Amino acid sequence: MTWPVLSIVTFLPLVGAFLILSIRGEEATVARNARNVALWTSTFTFLLSLFIWFGFERGTADFQFVDEAVWLPELGLVYKLGVDGISMPLVLLSTLLTPICVLASWESVKHRVKEYMIAFLVLETLMVGTFSALDIILFYIFFEAVLIPMFLIIGVWGGPRRVYSAFKFFLYTLAGSLLMLVAVLTIFFYMGTSDIPTLMEQADMPGSMQVWLWLAFFAAFAVKMPMWPVHTWLPDAHVEAPTAGSVILAGVLLKMGGYGFLRFSVPMMPQGTEFFIPLVFFLSVVAVIYTSLVALAQQDMKKLIAYSSVAHMGFVTLGIFVLNQQGIEGAVFQMLSHGVVSAALFLCVGVIYDRLHTREIERYEGLANNMPAYALVFMVFMLASVGLPGTSGFVGEFLVIVGAFQASSWIALLAATGMVLGAAYMLFLYRRIIFGALTKPDLKRLLDMNWRERAIFAPLIALVLWMGIYPASFLAIIGSSVEVLVERYHTALLQTEAPSLLALLGG
Amino acid sequence: MTTQIGNDLLLALPEIVLALAALSLLLTGTFFGRAKAGSLLWICVVAIAFAALYIVFTFSTREIAFNGLFVVEPFGNFMKLLVLLGAGLAMVLSYDFMQRERMALFEFPVLLLLATLGMVLMVSSNDLISLYMGLELQSLALYVVAAIRRDSLKSSEAGLKYFVLGALSSGMLLYGASMIYGFAGTTSFNGLGQVFTQMSAMGEMPELGLIVGLVFLLAGLCFKISAVPFHMWTPDVYEGAPTAVTAFFAAAPKVAAFALLMRVLLDPFIGLLVQWQQIIVAVSILSMVLGAFAAIGQANIKRLMAYSSIGHVGYALVGLAAGTEDAAVSVMVYLAIYLVMTLGTFACILTMRRDGRLVEGIDDLRGLFSTQPMLAVALSILMFSLAGIPPLAGFIAKLYVFEAAVRAGLYTLTVIGVLSSAVAAFYYLRIVKLMWFDEAGSPLDKKMPREVGLVIATTSLAMVVLVAIPDPLTSGAAAAAASLFGK
Repeated sequence: MTWPVLSIVTFLPLVGAFLILSIRGEEATVARNARNVALWTSTFTFLLSLFIWFGFERGTADFQFVDEAVWLPELGLVYKLGVDGISMPLVLLSTLLTPICVLASWESVKHRVKEYMIAFLVLETLMVGTFSALDIILFYIFFEAVLIPMFLIIGVWGGPRRVYSAFKFFLYTLAGSLLMLVAVLTIFFYMGTSDIPTLMEQADMPGSMQVWLWLAFFAAFAVKMPMWPVHTWLPDAHVEAPTAGSVILAGVLLKMGGYGFLRFSVPMMPQGTEFFIPLVFFLSVVAVIYTSLVALAQQDMKKLIAYSSVAHMGFVTLGIFVLNQQGIEGAVFQMLSHGVVSAALFLCVGVIYDRLHTREIERYEGLANNMPAYALVFMVFMLASVGLPGTSGFVGEFLVIVGAFQASSWIALLAATGMVLGAAYMLFLYRRIIFGALTKPDLKRLLDMNWRERAIFAPLIALVLWMGIYPASFLAIIGSSVEVLVERYHTALLQTEAPSLLALLGG
Repeated sequence: MTTQIGNDLLLALPEIVLALAALSLLLTGTFFGRAKAGSLLWICVVAIAFAALYIVFTFSTREIAFNGLFVVEPFGNFMKLLVLLGAGLAMVLSYDFMQRERMALFEFPVLLLLATLGMVLMVSSNDLISLYMGLELQSLALYVVAAIRRDSLKSSEAGLKYFVLGALSSGMLLYGASMIYGFAGTTSFNGLGQVFTQMSAMGEMPELGLIVGLVFLLAGLCFKISAVPFHMWTPDVYEGAPTAVTAFFAAAPKVAAFALLMRVLLDPFIGLLVQWQQIIVAVSILSMVLGAFAAIGQANIKRLMAYSSIGHVGYALVGLAAGTEDAAVSVMVYLAIYLVMTLGTFACILTMRRDGRLVEGIDDLRGLFSTQPMLAVALSILMFSLAGIPPLAGFIAKLYVFEAAVRAGLYTLTVIGVLSSAVAAFYYLRIVKLMWFDEAGSPLDKKMPREVGLVIATTSLAMVVLVAIPDPLTSGAAAAAASLFGK
């Protein structure tokens, strides 16, 4: 295989965006053509990305599909893309969710359709680029550039408080990631290379320096993830974003934080990681329990799911920082599962929001009576979010808890409490919306899902069940990369000097 | 001897062409009066284009002329190209403005050309005397240009403020130069460099008087680049001067003054790095922070751009503070990108008219996206770029300067820099928000002069493609920096 499939998958959506840009004419025609071009481009990109899935060699931790070119020779920067077992599924997740987002906004977005579709295609390029960049500065560029289209998506097509939310989203994440930029430049200067695979192998910076660098990376990824207590931008952004915006936000953008921990913090700064493990455990457990409790009290559906995302991401950080095979595999699996499930849950909210234009839980009741198909779909994803065995949610959470047990049984116990609470708020939500008598007259008129909506959910349901029933096909991809990661982490810990508190305070 | 003179004149050909053009236009201008002011402007642009082309083709020349007063090398050529680009574009932008705003005076293009000549001379100066000469030629022409609308109170006020504070700073600079001469015994940069090398070879500390002289010299130059605490004139002059003049002020003179600062600090005074580094670090932090916070409350877009320029000067100084060859490259890349960004933004500001009259409020941009989508997209690109968001050119600029600072171990400075750029992002985003998120009030005029539209299109496109095609800029800057460090 010699054709640069990864670069094509990355930049093809950009080509689609240019095509849309060149569409002229009447507003209705422009909107129709823009939708079609966006759908075809993103579907074609997804089909191309399947080549990566099938061509990916299982059982190795090496980076595959590597594309390399000279970029900024004066600074010593190269353009380099490639995927390993951790990033490849995330690339696929991004390419899968984009056409779904385009379909989901088919009817609900009515003004500025052309710009909307351009924003989503640009976003796809940036997401795929973030997960496949193998140069640390190139990664930063993709990681940060995501802010521009997302800012516009929330701000232009969002709800009533969209301006506040868009600013909060942008400035929160910008402040975090700018600190990371300083750390990135420091690593680049100190190690003399910006090549991610090399940096992952060497990982021999002095311990006290690693602590500072780790904190700077943590600022970026913790905000992106988001971890308690810097999660407050997420509920705002989710509530105000249009449905497809929430889908991408929950489905892909949150994964950038976890991916960042796995790609940078753990392999490049093992001493820093070791130093801060207690902190991460504490924050993760608080996130799992506290935000679950907050979710119980929500009146707004999207806000409830947003808080549940924070709780699920708490599992991910916990899994990453227990630093054993099960924990990290579980964390990656949980990221993928959450990417599908939370995206689907936001789409579920979108289905009834499009009909009634409210997200207040109180306004709904007894939808099972006249929307049976919807009730079924919602149930599948609700149960997957709860972590019912047989769905994707179970595998991730189970592996994380198994991993956590090896670190500390108390932590495992607290995390498991979060699962119980998770079941509570999701079932409670489901009961209030779907069950009960149908008395409100406007609800009686609601139609069940149409073909377009069913087509959106079909692949997601299939994926949730596949991941839940036969997780081996995913773990086979993730496994070897995680194995090498854990192994290198423990050898690197022995080889470098641990940070001393004295050196930290002195320097 | 004749060949020596001939060679010297040939080296200074761009300057000579500009000078001759300015003088002959002054003569013809008095004959034709204001009727032909527009054509005179285009002749000036042609003269500038000729000078720029000549420099491009002789880019790698390295010689010293006129008994060591004048130097030609890639560094100077790079900076001259930037200055000429900035001046030329600003003149192109002012054509329509001149016609419509009752400013069709033939003196206007001539004064701009003289100011450009001063800047180019400044960049090439290799001696404190020729430095001062170029600086004053530039400043005097600009004082008049700032006040060129005699019937406008604001414009006259701006001109007067600029003149009084500018004269003060020239005085300080001259005082510093005389101190340096007194203690070092020479005004030539090469001579100064030798004095410092000897000092460090003997292990002596530089005399206090020399350092005091350097501080005064720096104060004078910081005024010209409008770095805090010498920035007070900037917002008032930016706001008061006619917009086309502000566009001119914002670009070329800053680059020229920066070229001077770099030449002085990185060539003869590199031996005093320890001493001047702390000054530059302090000035840089103050500029970045003030630029970030003071712009938040501004309602006038020209005033906002003034504070934005103060902040950007701070970022460029971050690079300079490192004091290495990397640092020189980073500052040059930063200035080049800043020049293009700021001219693009002012081109957009020049199109802001309602019912034929210029408006300057940020709120006037409300809902621009629904009435003029292409202009809104271009201005948004420029705003995101000014905020330094990747993958736009403004980010590449910041990447270069922060990289240089990290290499020099200036971590505190870098962290303050990135945090203030997060604050600054707020007010750039506010402009994007007004254009995209808000509904239109009374719309702005759609008609836009063709040349202004062209400038907007090329500058905003340049912001996007630079990340993919950085080569001519970065390799040019690298060659220029190498020549500054005598390689």
